[in-house]
Amino acid sequence: MTFIHAVWLAVALPLAGFLVNGALALWRPRAKGLVSVVGAGVLLGAFAVSLGVFLELWREPPHVPIVVRLWSWLPVERLQVDLAFQVDQLSAVMLLIVTGVGSLIHLFSVGYMKEDPGYARYFAYLNLFVVFMLVLVLGSSFPVMFIGWEGVGLCSYLLIGFWFTEKANADAGKKAFIMNRIGDFGFLVAMFFIWRTFGSLDLAYVTEHAPDMLLPGGAIVTAITLFLFLGCTGKSAQIPLYTWLPDAMAGPTPVSALIHAATMVTAGVYLVARTNVLFALAPLSSTVVAGVGALTALFAATIGLRQYDIKRVLAYSTVSQLGYMFLGVGTGAYVAGVFHLATHAFFKALLFLGSGSVIHAMHHAYHATHSHDDAQDMRNMGGLRRYLPWTFGLMVIATLAIAGIPPFSGFFSKDEILAAAFARGGDIPVYYLFYAMGVVAALLTAFYMARLMAMTFLGANRTGEKERAHLHEAPWIMTGPLVVLGVLSLAGGALNLPHFVGGHAALERWLEPVMEPGTKLTRLVMPEGSTEYLLVGAAVAIGVLGLVLGFRATLRRPILPARQAPADTGFGLVLNRKYYVDELYDAVVVRPFAWLSRVVLWKGVDQGLVDGVGVNGAAWVSRLAGGGLRLLQTGQVGIYVVLFLVGALWILRAVIR
Amino acid sequence: MTGPTFLGPALGLSAVLFSLGVAGVLLRRNAIVLFMCIELMLNAVNLTFVALAQLHGASGYIMVLFVMTVAAAEAAVGLAIILAVFRQRQSVDLQNINLLRG
Repeated sequence: MTFIHAVWLAVALPLAGFLVNGALALWRPRAKGLVSVVGAGVLLGAFAVSLGVFLELWREPPHVPIVVRLWSWLPVERLQVDLAFQVDQLSAVMLLIVTGVGSLIHLFSVGYMKEDPGYARYFAYLNLFVVFMLVLVLGSSFPVMFIGWEGVGLCSYLLIGFWFTEKANADAGKKAFIMNRIGDFGFLVAMFFIWRTFGSLDLAYVTEHAPDMLLPGGAIVTAITLFLFLGCTGKSAQIPLYTWLPDAMAGPTPVSALIHAATMVTAGVYLVARTNVLFALAPLSSTVVAGVGALTALFAATIGLRQYDIKRVLAYSTVSQLGYMFLGVGTGAYVAGVFHLATHAFFKALLFLGSGSVIHAMHHAYHATHSHDDAQDMRNMGGLRRYLPWTFGLMVIATLAIAGIPPFSGFFSKDEILAAAFARGGDIPVYYLFYAMGVVAALLTAFYMARLMAMTFLGANRTGEKERAHLHEAPWIMTGPLVVLGVLSLAGGALNLPHFVGGHAALERWLEPVMEPGTKLTRLVMPEGSTEYLLVGAAVAIGVLGLVLGFRATLRRPILPARQAPADTGFGLVLNRKYYVDELYDAVVVRPFAWLSRVVLWKGVDQGLVDGVGVNGAAWVSRLAGGGLRLLQTGQVGIYVVLFLVGALWILRAVIR
Repeated sequence: MTGPTFLGPALGLSAVLFSLGVAGVLLRRNAIVLFMCIELMLNAVNLTFVALAQLHGASGYIMVLFVMTVAAAEAAVGLAIILAVFRQRQSVDLQNINLLRG
């Protein structure tokens, strides 16, 4: 039991990397070689530790989580919170995903960010992000998780606004941070409720005692879970707090891959899976989770149909896929949710890094000719498969995975979620609706991915005559991680191969001790036999249909470069403008709030009450009193003596009496 | 030993002396005279101490010694100040010394 008790090393190594790279960013920003070695090296070290932890667990799977206590953090009477890490099957899986995908993205970044002046600062932030993400997945109590929860939000803010000299990027960072704060409020309130109810904030304690201490379907557990889910909607970009994620694409592309696709945004799914017993005790909350997930999956997928920025398509795709995960965990198929989390981490990281490779090439081409065209607009791409053959091939794998084509990884995880939603429909009919929404979303997913691939890689090149000569494949340090992710996207389904293809549902059995408290209560019976085959067949048919339709619709007529393209009209414009949700939020929330702040709080309360009555009022009273009392100070000793005498006599009188 | 019968006259004399001192401080402008009036008040208090010591024991006598010590110190400091003021202004009239006016 050596690696498990040294699990803190997985956190400490990136933390050391952050400190070293932070110091280098301040004093030696040009030491890029050292930064690369430290930045990527600590991640590989953390991955090695994670692998060791995983193998030890594999040898002896524990039935209760192993808690590694570091020190006492908040000893306040009955509230005893230790800074402790919880090692069990679920946190081991998350450890591997975070450090594994994280390592690949760090390596990719070495090539992608090579020429950036903020290279050291970038790696410092990226290392810090991994620290907080690991604290989040390892925390053994809600407050420790909350450290990570807040910390990843901070790093997300720092990295979205990484190129902060442009106001739009800084604004995107702020938007992400503020939206997340709204969700964090939910997490905090949920913690207060849990403390009131359980008298403890320990995950293990809450999991063990929840079935005895809470009334199933009662008001308390429903409130706790709904507030927790509010936190999830913020962090994992679900309706109504999803609008920050597409804007978060303002950050460097590897950041989008790591934080805004593979790891941080899945924290909400992890939280629901981690507290599965609470959600299982609150069927209403679970239905809300599944409903919001299904709605988000469908809603975001429709927006993805009409975006031109390659990263924005992927961003809405991420929102949509996160919706799937919530549909899974809301249905009670916690393992399916985590499974999709894992496969999504592989294929979405691959898609983002692939798009990064494309943007890298486009950016270099435009940079060489001093053109100001948009390097991320897919209308300026086309035919890139000839120039970026590796990227093309690997992105095809990811596309097939996300579209749900067997035997690629996404097929298995998505199918499992949809099958679970269908099965739940037998008890609660509204889940049939969620299932239908999921199926339509799957069709749209395949469609917009086909559109993305067709616009980017197929057809004639639209980059420009002069620029074409400068298009080239990325260096091996960037394509290498892509290849690894490609293999994972291809074979990731093997993690949890279902029985109907002769698998043993390995992930499901592996996670059973963690999910058992919840699954025991939900008692979800997965479809078998002909129903199962029918569902699988439908899912595959939908995926293939979406891909075919997507390719045909996109390649039917020639695409014009962004400068010459006609503006969207009709419903296409509504989709392109994201249903005007940002404008709606601006009108309903932001503007009234700004008005309230400016007119009431600033002019009224601050300038009127605090400055006027409080500060200036106090000064006015003092000045008036001083002006009056000043007259007593004549400088004549005689007057002082008289006053002194009067005072002495007055005191004397008081004493005698 | 003086008997307790002298207590009344002694306290009366002390009150008269003290009042004279206060009146002097209030009415006179010459710093030297004012200073002497303060000495008068101190000694009036000394007389009270001595008179009451016959009733209340030796602590009154001890207090007198303290008062005399303080008075001596005060005389040294006070006269030095008056001398310094005189050197500065060629006058010890307190009406002219009013720098502390607010």
